[in-house]
Amino acid sequence: MSKIVEKVFFSENVAKFVLEAPDIARSRKAGHFVIIRLDENGERIPLTIADGDLKKGTITLVVQKVGVTSARLLDMNPGDEILDVVGPLGHATHIENYGTVLCAGGGVGVAPLMPIVKALKAAGNRIITVLAGRTKELIILEDEMRKYSDELIIMTDDGSHGKKGLVTAGMEEMIQKEKIHKAVVIGPAIMMKFGSLTTKKYNIPTEVSLNTIMVDGTGMCGACRVSIGGKTKFVCVDGPEFDAFQVNWDEMLLRMGAYKVEEREAYEKYLSTLETERA
Amino acid sequence: MENIAEYIKEGRQEEWRVELRKAMKAKERTSIERVHMIEQDPHIRNKNILEVNQGITEEMAIVESHRCLDCVEPTCTIGCPVGIDIPKFIKKIEARDFLGAAAALKETNTLPAVCGRVCPQEKQCELNCFYTQKLDKPPIAIGHLERFAADYERNSGKMNIPKVATPNGVKIAIVGSGPAGLAAAGDLAKLGYDVTVFEALHEIGGVLKYGIPEFRLPNEIVDVEIENMRKMGVKFRTDFIVGKTASFEDLREQGFEAFFVGSGAGLPNFMNIPGENYNGIYSSNEYLTRVNLMKAANNGYDTPVLIGKKVAVIGGGNTAMDSVRTSKRLGAERSIIIYRRSIEEMPARVEEVHHAQQEDIEFLNLHNPVEYFSDERGRVNKMRLQKMTLGDPDASGRRRPVPLEGAEFDVDVDLVIVAVGVSPNPIVPSSLKDLKMTDWGTIVVNKETMQSSISDIFAGGDIVRGGATVILAMGDGRRAAAGIHKYVAEKVTVK
Ligand SMILES: Cc1cc2nc3c(=O)[nH]c(=O)nc-3n(C[C@H](O)[C@H](O)[C@H](O)COP(=O)(O)OP(=O)(O)OC[C@H]3O[C@@H](n4cnc5c(N)ncnc54)[C@H](O)[C@@H]3O)c2cc1C
Ligand SMILES: Cc1cc2nc3c(=O)[nH]c(=O)nc-3n(C[C@H](O)[C@H](O)[C@H](O)COP(=O)(O)OP(=O)(O)OC[C@H]3O[C@@H](n4cnc5c(N)ncnc54)[C@H](O)[C@@H]3O)c2cc1C
Ligand code: SF4
Ligand code: SF4
Ligand code: FES
Repeated sequence: MSKIVEKVFFSENVAKFVLEAPDIARSRKAGHFVIIRLDENGERIPLTIADGDLKKGTITLVVQKVGVTSARLLDMNPGDEILDVVGPLGHATHIENYGTVLCAGGGVGVAPLMPIVKALKAAGNRIITVLAGRTKELIILEDEMRKYSDELIIMTDDGSHGKKGLVTAGMEEMIQKEKIHKAVVIGPAIMMKFGSLTTKKYNIPTEVSLNTIMVDGTGMCGACRVSIGGKTKFVCVDGPEFDAFQVNWDEMLLRMGAYKVEEREAYEKYLSTLETERA
Repeated sequence: MENIAEYIKEGRQEEWRVELRKAMKAKERTSIERVHMIEQDPHIRNKNILEVNQGITEEMAIVESHRCLDCVEPTCTIGCPVGIDIPKFIKKIEARDFLGAAAALKETNTLPAVCGRVCPQEKQCELNCFYTQKLDKPPIAIGHLERFAADYERNSGKMNIPKVATPNGVKIAIVGSGPAGLAAAGDLAKLGYDVTVFEALHEIGGVLKYGIPEFRLPNEIVDVEIENMRKMGVKFRTDFIVGKTASFEDLREQGFEAFFVGSGAGLPNFMNIPGENYNGIYSSNEYLTRVNLMKAANNGYDTPVLIGKKVAVIGGGNTAMDSVRTSKRLGAERSIIIYRRSIEEMPARVEEVHHAQQEDIEFLNLHNPVEYFSDERGRVNKMRLQKMTLGDPDASGRRRPVPLEGAEFDVDVDLVIVAVGVSPNPIVPSSLKDLKMTDWGTIVVNKETMQSSISDIFAGGDIVRGGATVILAMGDGRRAAAGIHKYVAEKVTVK
């Protein structure tokens, strides 16, 4: 059981949660994630640990509403308890002083990017950040990211905040300006695919953090498998971070759609139960 | 172990046993027909998740117990990995002392209700029964009787909670709550240790919960045993991954004096053939976990599971049988086992193969998948099969399956479940640099004490054996408990 101690909305569909989880707070590092299950009937979903407070024994998650579980979580409030929180899972990010690192985050992908940026900064890197989202509302953690970045630009599809254009345009602009030694790209799979195609053009070694479908998160089921350099790997135990140029993106995108029909039905059912409750 | 044989022999001389032996002639005993398990009708049960085997009645159990000859050399016991005093418990049934029979089982087996259901008896105790070995008759139904006695005790409401020695305050950590961990925890609790079981998942029981389906082993049976262990003072911590949530070093600092690692062989193998990552291709672990642990097929649960009309399951073990029979229960029109050797060579329990056949499962033996195909959305819709034949025996003594050149054909499928074995779970080994491992990723231990290359860490079950059985895992757990007891005693005197 983990108690929610704080909840802050970043936008209508994205919220930050601070949870009591002292053991995880003690052992977690940048790049780690947890698996949570809201209640007896809930599914297990992975969420990155965006931050942690050792003294208070808390961890921070940033969650975007995309389906049933994330929607139910966003409806929960401080004082409520989450039945299961297990972690920290996955490998921690490899941190070293690369020189200049380009960090590109799309949508809620900025949440997992934040602890990495923090750690890279602490290791002495120069940090250039590109935050991207469809509209102004979808740009999250801007102030926090600015704190750890030497330079930061914002890209929105509709130009409602920062520059108008896709994340790749912002990345190109930064790459043109100065020598980049390393890139980290985190966001929706399609954004990571095109982001890493951009860095590949300039031969910049690139890490991505894959957000595949998971069940247990301990290597037991293979739901999270992807092809990396032609070999099957399990994202939960071998990742979640991988060399972007080795990822079979098309396979990963197909696999992420495995439950589209089931998820849509479940979400619509959930929304309609909410309506009957409110009526 | 030699005193076990002594103990079993001595018990045979007790007056009540002598009396019982005299009460019926051997000839009469051997002429009784072996009991038949009461089973649900195959065409009803393949649409529900209720237990297939319904148990045997008191009268049936008593008749069956009369068949046992209470042999001078009870070879059956040699076949049991935990050395149950088989004639003793069977004769207790004959004497209508069913609770006594259960107590006799529990002297060496912590989970008789589980083993009576899932042990491969035909390869263990029943294989070594005098009836099989010398009389060429069906063996005593040891598994059915074991289940009967354990169920009787559970249903009687007089479940015997083992006596626990005065607490000694020594903290022991058990890593993993499968049969190995539970057996070790039970024995250590009896010896007075302060035992905490850490489990990565949200449920206690390991494969007994997430793998083996309800129609073969109802969760309730495992839960009752876990409740009893709680009553003995064992603590359980779910959602706790040793090596991740806390390191072994952290736990040492918290005062844990020794560890038993029973982390299982949870990593599913794939065949690495083209198309294997299409949607609709599951590992058996994923499929069974979704259905059993996450209850994906039940109403009101959030976890999804893909439902197939034409389901192929690759493999011939218990895991394959459990998956294929589950798919039938979830509404498949065709559920096919695809196995590269012949039916006789399937490693599954004989009873499961037989039950599967009764439930209209199709068997494509001597076939192997070579490639999968998908629709435009990435969902598997076809598989290519290669016909096989049996060649010369391999290292395991089984004839090696070899492809029949040019004999390939396609089968329409919309769900595939790959059940071709598991590898040891790497989380614990990768968190302990100095731990000595085999090339197969299993932990190296001393076979007597189950101690690993790190003196305060003991291990057993599938993480030591690779994929094995429930009873072997439990045997390891018990041996490790004894090993830990000795280790702690020595450590204290050295201090
Ligand atoms: C290692 C890891 C870390 C993650 N960290 C975070 C995080 O910090 N914050 C966060 O909000 N999410 C994160 N995710 C994604 C998160 O797990 C999913 O959004 C969540 O499982 C969705 O569950 P649901 O029931 O709400 O939606 P579902 O009903 O499962 O899905 C609804 C729709 O969303 C799409 N979808 C499903 N999974 C994802 C996904 N992973 N990414 C994008 N779209 C998806 C589906 O295609 C579907 O159409 C992470 C995933 C992984 C593997
Ligand atoms: C579907 C299926 C059917 C089977 N049928 C039979 C049968 O009929 N008869 C039979 O005898 N055998 C059967 N087996 C095999 C048998 O179940 C196993 O041999 C046995 O369960 C092994 O026990 P174990 O305690 O070693 O490991 P498991 O039962 O695998 O338990 C290990 C537990 O440890 C947990 N764990 C792992 N790492 C950590 C960690 N770092 N920290 C905390 N917890 C951790 C896991 O989550 C798991 O719960 C079957 C197996 C499967 C999968
Ligand atoms: S535990 Fe298994 S092998 Fe031993 S007697 Fe029981 S059924 Fe037979
Ligand atoms: S070998 Fe068979 S007949 Fe003899 S004691 Fe064992 S179970 Fe009974
Ligand atoms: S989520 Fe099950 S193996 Fe990765």
